[in-house]
Amino acid sequence: MGASTVGDDLRCLIAADTDVVQARQAGRELAAELGFSAGDQTVVAAAISEIARNILMYAKRGEVRFTKVLDGPHTGLIVVAEDDGPGIRDVSRALQDGYSTSGGLGLGLPGARRLMDEFEVVSAPGQGTKITMRKWKRGNA
Amino acid sequence: MEVPILKQGHFLIASIQSALSDADLSQLREALIARVGKFRARGVIVDVTALDVMDSFAVRTLRDIAHMARLRGAETVIVGIQPEVAFAMVQLGLTLKGIATALDLEEGLAFLDLQGQGRIDKRQGHGRIDRG
Amino acid sequence: MVKKDVPQPEQDPQASTESTQALLRELVAHLRQNRTQLREEWARRITRAQLLTAMTEEEIFAEATSVYDNYVEALETGTFEALQAYARNLSERIIPRGVETHEVVGIVLLLRDVLARSLFAKYHEDFNKLNRILDAYEPAANRIANTVAVGFVQERERIIRQQQEAIRELSTPVLQVRERLLILPIIGVIDPQRNRQLTEQLLRAIRTNRAKVVVIDITGVAAMDSNVANQLVQTVEASRLLGATVIVTGLSPEIAQTLVTIGVDLSEMATVGDLQGGIEEAERLLGYKVIPYAEATQQA
Repeated sequence: MGASTVGDDLRCLIAADTDVVQARQAGRELAAELGFSAGDQTVVAAAISEIARNILMYAKRGEVRFTKVLDGPHTGLIVVAEDDGPGIRDVSRALQDGYSTSGGLGLGLPGARRLMDEFEVVSAPGQGTKITMRKWKRGNA
Repeated sequence: MEVPILKQGHFLIASIQSALSDADLSQLREALIARVGKFRARGVIVDVTALDVMDSFAVRTLRDIAHMARLRGAETVIVGIQPEVAFAMVQLGLTLKGIATALDLEEGLAFLDLQGQGRIDKRQGHGRIDRG
Repeated sequence: MVKKDVPQPEQDPQASTESTQALLRELVAHLRQNRTQLREEWARRITRAQLLTAMTEEEIFAEATSVYDNYVEALETGTFEALQAYARNLSERIIPRGVETHEVVGIVLLLRDVLARSLFAKYHEDFNKLNRILDAYEPAANRIANTVAVGFVQERERIIRQQQEAIRELSTPVLQVRERLLILPIIGVIDPQRNRQLTEQLLRAIRTNRAKVVVIDITGVAAMDSNVANQLVQTVEASRLLGATVIVTGLSPEIAQTLVTIGVDLSEMATVGDLQGGIEEAERLLGYKVIPYAEATQQA
């Protein structure tokens, strides 16, 4: 499906397999535009991949939105992944390493959290899920 | 997007050319397993040089491939993991423990050759130090 | 100003915007017409204020011309991207010359003054018009001063960061000792950022040098907290993903303890007592055998 621009935001609809690839590539490009190192671009892309796949797996459909933050030394990328899916019953447990409902490597949340600088999850059964994560450009101490 | 799989002697080489979706990865796994059986391959090389991201699904798929190949008597080597990708993988907590890895196709083939000659303990991967 | 009762409320701001535009156009025309003398006046003031002493008069004049033209253009178009780009460009050139922030801010403010004065001179007979012209000029002029100053400061910060990065890279060299063997001696305090940078450097070096064995020597590291210890383990794992075996040498009992505490199975990590031992082990892995010179000449 398509991606559109609204001001500084880029929206990627997640409804199919290939959308996960598109979303992570879009995230990588934005990170590159912001001047992130190659390593950090890959890290951002990996986190987006995990989160977008979760949307597909659990909610079947959702959206990933990107916002560039260009504030002098405070430069970074905000990624919001939102869906109207079944929601997560126990968020704190889902964020724990090693937790999984579907076997294998689990929800990917703890992994994505490790990769990003800031990570918030708002979710409840029947209320969908909204994940906000941020990565700042390094060297801005 | 189908991944080309070449046969070189007793080895199969799968060269990933571009970003793969989950469905593409699953397809690759099926294709490799089928061919390992069909050609009685002794080794499988998966070249991931072109992958700019390796997430949990990709790693899971590679593990499945290695596991199933081993059940059919073939050793798998993953080659071409990029420095940035390796970096992101370890931060995500994804490892390819128990699966051989090499820098590139050349190294991967060398590993399989040496292994075929019995010079490397299969289970430990290459270059392992004898701590005995 | 008489406020007329208009059917659409948006018309009022629209009207004032239009007249602001007209005023700005008039202002820009004036600045272009008097370009030569205003620019000269400005350059004179710069010299009198003893700014840009690092540059010659010709250089000052040349830069003054560009700044003036960009300034007027920003006033004319109301957009500042071009000015921002120019400011960064200019900063890139003059920072290595030793020009400082207060100088750059100073000269932009001087230009603002010179132009304001010339407006006073032109419109002093019509106080109302002068006020309206200044209403149009001042916000734009302030924004320009801001844009240039901020652009300069950001460029400075960028250069400093670049230099810091270069220093960090120099202080942690990855050494190629033999073909396919890399040594990374780590000395001093490791903070997470330096650790990350080390790892990235090492992984790139593994790729470039096609290394099969890496010896990471931490003899020179006094202590390691669990975060850094975790990162070390990650570095070892990431290196393996690139097909390299890692040998860690110089592990002090304290650091060994830290690793055990965070759950590292030391039997999984190849460690050797000292750097020399580590190199020998690495060579053994690579199939080298180092024999003493005497022995070698005897055999020959």
